[in-house]
Amino acid sequence: MNFETTIGLEVHIELKTNSKIFSPSPVDYGDEPNANTNVIDWGYPGVLPSTNKQVVANGITAALALNAEIERHPHFDRKNYFYPDNPKAYQITQNDKPDAHDGWLEIEVDGKKKKIGIAEMHIEEDAGKNSHGRNYSYVDLNRQGTPLIEIVSKPEISTPDEAYAYLETLRQRIQFTGISDVKMEEGSMRADVNISIRPVGQKEFGQKVEIKNMNSFNYVRKALAYEQQRQRQVLMSGGKIQQETRRFDEKNNTTILMRVKEGADDYRYFPEPDLPALDVSDEWINELRESLPEMPNERKQRYVEKLGLTDYDAMVLTQTKEMSDFFDKLVELGADPKIASNYLQVNVNGYLNEEQVDLADTKITPENLASMIKLISDGTISSKMAKKVFKAVTEGEEPKEFVEKKGLVQLSDPAKLQPIIDEILAANPQSIEDFNNGKDRAKGFLVGQIMKQTRGKANPQVVNELLMKALNK
Amino acid sequence: MNYFDKDITSIHQALVNGDITAEALTKQTLDNIKASDSDINAFINLDEDGAIKTAQAIDKNGIDPDNVLSGIPVAIKDNILTNGFTTTAASKMLENFKPIFDATVMKKLNAKQTITVGKTNMDEFAMGGSTENSAFKKTHNPWNLSKVPGGSSGGSAASVAAGQIIFALGSDTGGSIRQPAAYNGIVGLKPTYGRVSRWGLIAFGSSLDQIGPLTRNVLDNALVLNAIAGHDEHDLTSSDKEVPDYTATIKDGVKGLKIALPKEYLAEGIDQSVKDAILKAAETYKQLGATVEEVSLPHTKYGVAAYYILASSEASSNLQRFDGIRYGYRSPEAKNLEEVYVKSRSEGFGDEVKRRIMLGTFSLSAGAFDAYFQKAAKVRTLMLNDFKNVFKDYDLILGPTAPTTAFGIGEDISDPVTMYLNDAMTIPVNLAGLPAMSIPAGFSDGLPIGMQLIGRPFDEATIYKAGYAFEQNTDFHKETPKVGGDK
Repeated sequence: MNFETTIGLEVHIELKTNSKIFSPSPVDYGDEPNANTNVIDWGYPGVLPSTNKQVVANGITAALALNAEIERHPHFDRKNYFYPDNPKAYQITQNDKPDAHDGWLEIEVDGKKKKIGIAEMHIEEDAGKNSHGRNYSYVDLNRQGTPLIEIVSKPEISTPDEAYAYLETLRQRIQFTGISDVKMEEGSMRADVNISIRPVGQKEFGQKVEIKNMNSFNYVRKALAYEQQRQRQVLMSGGKIQQETRRFDEKNNTTILMRVKEGADDYRYFPEPDLPALDVSDEWINELRESLPEMPNERKQRYVEKLGLTDYDAMVLTQTKEMSDFFDKLVELGADPKIASNYLQVNVNGYLNEEQVDLADTKITPENLASMIKLISDGTISSKMAKKVFKAVTEGEEPKEFVEKKGLVQLSDPAKLQPIIDEILAANPQSIEDFNNGKDRAKGFLVGQIMKQTRGKANPQVVNELLMKALNK
Repeated sequence: MNYFDKDITSIHQALVNGDITAEALTKQTLDNIKASDSDINAFINLDEDGAIKTAQAIDKNGIDPDNVLSGIPVAIKDNILTNGFTTTAASKMLENFKPIFDATVMKKLNAKQTITVGKTNMDEFAMGGSTENSAFKKTHNPWNLSKVPGGSSGGSAASVAAGQIIFALGSDTGGSIRQPAAYNGIVGLKPTYGRVSRWGLIAFGSSLDQIGPLTRNVLDNALVLNAIAGHDEHDLTSSDKEVPDYTATIKDGVKGLKIALPKEYLAEGIDQSVKDAILKAAETYKQLGATVEEVSLPHTKYGVAAYYILASSEASSNLQRFDGIRYGYRSPEAKNLEEVYVKSRSEGFGDEVKRRIMLGTFSLSAGAFDAYFQKAAKVRTLMLNDFKNVFKDYDLILGPTAPTTAFGIGEDISDPVTMYLNDAMTIPVNLAGLPAMSIPAGFSDGLPIGMQLIGRPFDEATIYKAGYAFEQNTDFHKETPKVGGDK
């Protein structure tokens, strides 16, 4: 029997704001437990939430990046449940009228493009954190009230690879807007995944299973691939898929049963009476639309069409906003786009991988790198010298000064090179004869001699030209 | 000393003239409370030291002649947070709860240099209409100690009625200021929803709750509202509409005012004596130059049902935070998380609170939401439209505050439905978010009858104007109860 897979993704993204969504406490949960909390975060009797307008603005920005319809009068709802990390015993979220709905993302898998629908996007508050000691359990409310957006996909993802591409595209687009760090390892992006399979042709979806505990896109893909296979085997052997939650086991690349669900949880949602419905005006949306940074697809297109990069190069450069912004800066400072692209992908990326750092945390500045690239394109330094110069750039040195200090300037002036070439030719008549007899290797020897004489500073291209002219006389 | 024949302005004058110091006034007030409160039980906690210290500080700085509330003692309902002073909401759950900040109304009153003498008794978490649901004590009606003071702001109302204090704050979710004001023969105003900040009010029904003043007369009420009204950045449901001086037009009279008398408010179930008092009040208004005409508010009969669903739903969510984890009562018996929740809440809440939590939890549950919460929300819209229609042609609505005078202690509590029906004419006002005031309009068997004036949103000024005119032309507010006063 043939089966088809349906995957649903609920992605939580933490918004980067100074203060929490409903209280003035700072968003920073690396501090001492409960240091960044106040009476609102504690759910103290008598307190009321106040909506942080920046969060609503960021929500609209996200909705724009997701090509979604923006709700003009979104309101908040209460989701009721008891848990120590949930001090009010309700979470303020949006259930009935979310911020945005009916968006889409275009993903690409094996060169094929596909649009994945987004059912809805809403803003909500994060909970605190429980931890357990020997005799006591502890509650840290620093994270309580951190603003989140939740993005719910339509059931249009049908393979683990598509799920991976969806997450990657989503991360990339949100990252470009600047409203979140979107780092799965750090928890600023979290994905809840559900998957079901059904015989091809069957109308109803199969029983879906939730998978938790994946902190990388790759794990999501692996978990889904395993789960798809597991469900197929259960059905093929006459079994039934249960409504259950499973956990990804990264050691064995399998999923493990956590708990079987009996019926849906009843969160008793109702409109949050403490917060009037928001008023999202056309002007506000337009203002945010205009300040929306260029999205990765548009940048990619610009790199190919205006800067003459290959599709592949443009794709790699637009993977992160950081790299892409850096590249734009290099070009703006006058660096040749192709050399700049090449340098970023090979040398800079190599350096970052080796050092395990982010570009922003290095001493490499766009000014210095652009200056180095200009030295390469105008022939002041050779690509061989460039390696030394690049190392200096990673140490924060200014390339021009460095080149002069170290005497690395390439000898490109024919008037200065000609006497040296003449001298070498005079000293090696045998080589000239060999060359004339068709031995190309002789030329290599002569170039080598010239380079040796100039201590490697001679511009190979100019040397080549001058030498050929001399030999062909 | 008692406050029977006094008003805020005359006390202010005495303070300004130096006839009495704030400290002496405060001490006398406390003595008087202590003397009469064994009969009335209006207070849960008195802050004697705090009050005297505040009074001394005010005396030291001098009474501000331009601030009519400077040096005036006040009683506060015990669901309004007072920084550092126990605030219980009359619940075992918060028996020892000392808040770490002041409610916005307290900040405003403190800025006006009032002196808080204590916190008044109430129905637990403001749920009830008799103050019998307090976890600590039953308050008695000063007009007849065997009768309830009404509720839930029963302590505040009884205290003012007994002359213990010149004004008090209460809160009103379904009639909790107006009904006790009626039962105690005093003036109680529920402001427009959003007129007074709810920051620091322990929430019951968040879309309905408002804090308001209880006073001996209408002018005093306006003076207090002047002090506590206004936008608050801590409460997004508070309005940024400008706050007028409510005393500015209070003496303008009612000539030409169009008053509506809804027939549903005089229908079956209303005591004849109450009906007579209201019809007589209508005559008084006509004599003063207003027109009074009968109108209909057709959805009135659904109000009680809709209210008990909506208010209880919100309450069920608001009261979840009392879970024994962070503050308030935690059962010493609890051995695990589940037990911390179940035992703390079972032991910490009283019966009426539990009844409403259950009702609200049910109304919000997946299977019941559409038929209960959603339906009630629709009824609320219909009732609002009823009022809008009437206010197209009329400036005010007149009716009884409650169908009867104060009932006996223990009489109604066994039958919650009868108890709930007492609120039939106050509840619609909360559902529609309107301002309304109860003022004395007569007596029956020695017990006060209250009449209710309902106004357009944010038009408290017209209510005060009509209330003041009625008061000037009647003597009901001059009567005093036998209990209380000097002993």
